[in-house]
Amino acid sequence: MRRKITLILIIIICYLLQSTVFQAFDFAGITPNLMIIIVSSVGFMWGRKEGMFVGIICGLLIDIFCGFYLGVYALLYMYIGYINGFFQKRFYPDDIKLPMLLISASDIVCNLVIYLIMFLLRGRFDFLYYLKAIIIPEFIYTMVISIFLYYVLLKICQGVEVHEKRRAKKFDL
Amino acid sequence: MKSFHKKKKHISTKYWLLIFTGIFVISIMLSMTLSLSGGPLNAIAGYVLVPMQKGINDAGKWISSKANEFKTLSEVLEENQKLQEQVDELTVELNTTKLEAYELDNLRELLELDAKYPSYEKVAACVIAGDSSNWFDSFTIDKGSKDGIEVGMNVIAGSGLVGIITDVGSTYSKVRSIVSDSSNVSAMVTTTGDNFNVSGNLKTMNESQVITFSELRDKDDEVTIGTPIVTSYVSDQYQQGILIGYISSIETNSNNLTKSGTITPVVDFEHLQEVLVILQKKETGAELDQPKDTESSDTETSGTESSEVSTEESSEEASQDDSVTQQDTAGQE
Repeated sequence: MRRKITLILIIIICYLLQSTVFQAFDFAGITPNLMIIIVSSVGFMWGRKEGMFVGIICGLLIDIFCGFYLGVYALLYMYIGYINGFFQKRFYPDDIKLPMLLISASDIVCNLVIYLIMFLLRGRFDFLYYLKAIIIPEFIYTMVISIFLYYVLLKICQGVEVHEKRRAKKFDL
Repeated sequence: MKSFHKKKKHISTKYWLLIFTGIFVISIMLSMTLSLSGGPLNAIAGYVLVPMQKGINDAGKWISSKANEFKTLSEVLEENQKLQEQVDELTVELNTTKLEAYELDNLRELLELDAKYPSYEKVAACVIAGDSSNWFDSFTIDKGSKDGIEVGMNVIAGSGLVGIITDVGSTYSKVRSIVSDSSNVSAMVTTTGDNFNVSGNLKTMNESQVITFSELRDKDDEVTIGTPIVTSYVSDQYQQGILIGYISSIETNSNNLTKSGTITPVVDFEHLQEVLVILQKKETGAELDQPKDTESSDTETSGTESSEVSTEESSEEASQDDSVTQQDTAGQE
């Protein structure tokens, strides 16, 4: 229960930041993708199930407020969360390399899929341009933000886990 | 016991994945065909998030207004002087316009014409959230179905066209702007009355703040750089006569029949804060309930791809009798 409430709060706060504050702090029209950081991090910290559900919620939020067809982002983020969950076994909190790698891979894959279905299929073939103008700038900006956001998320997740363990012990005794 | 429990959970996650995949695939299909919106999800999201977004936005506005107060006195004085000059200039202009308007009224009376462009009923709204993806240009405003807004209404800012409402919640609505890559508008040249297609383009918008147009038939070369472009009377989504922008470049396609090029929009899409929604939908004879005028491969011609489409266009040219309406339906479907 505590996990769910924490996650929903994190998602709402990050969505609000992304849709309002970061719109004002954009670099050449590019805003960072906070949602992908959350989906990916929760995936590799807590596993497939949590990653999947967080992906669904984040995706639906984006679909409702700025998507084109209801369900595209939800489907995409769900799979990203789920796939990140496979890396839970290899995840160690002290090692920042794997989280950064996973978050950046998720961001790039997400943007590639959006390019494929929404641009390539409509005859916008200049992939290199979109790579330079959208995918790479967003990737860099997201990475910069994720260095901070990752540690915040890690601390929150560890706090929740410590609390859960304490409660479990109480019940054991 | 514990391992059994874990195993059960593991299986259920896979099932959940399959179930949700199915649900979302169906919802994508439905929203493609029926232009379905979120329904109850919209309401929940609207009631939870929109008030908070409004709050953050108000705070941001307050901060920026405070920051503006720190402008130095010399800057303000300089600006004042410039504005005074502008006031003088505009007063002169206004006087001549008044004279002309008087003359126009008289002439209209003679011809027994009503005012050509009725003043639409409008409602003002604030932009409260931008698009969280970087691919498209849509935004959320703080007025919804409670204020009488419906899907398909036009959104303007200042004197220019901003976009169209694509989704409505009770307290918010979603606007797709005309510079968004998936947007198509039937437009018209004010001087010659030629109809053509204006489509948003991410690439040209990023590079030089312009959008593309195509399929302009201009035999006598009357359209030049700087010609104003308004929404066309043949459009089934946009009210006629709303200013879109000015032509910034123009070139003849390889088929020597049509022209394409770029338009600079009059609205500053980077700093959009307040918009007006026209509370009147375009009345078309047929009930075409299609807010998404996107997937049209044959009208998606930017300047670079025009050569590929030229064959298609020339075949279309053969049946040019009612080409204007054809072109519009192609753009809107």
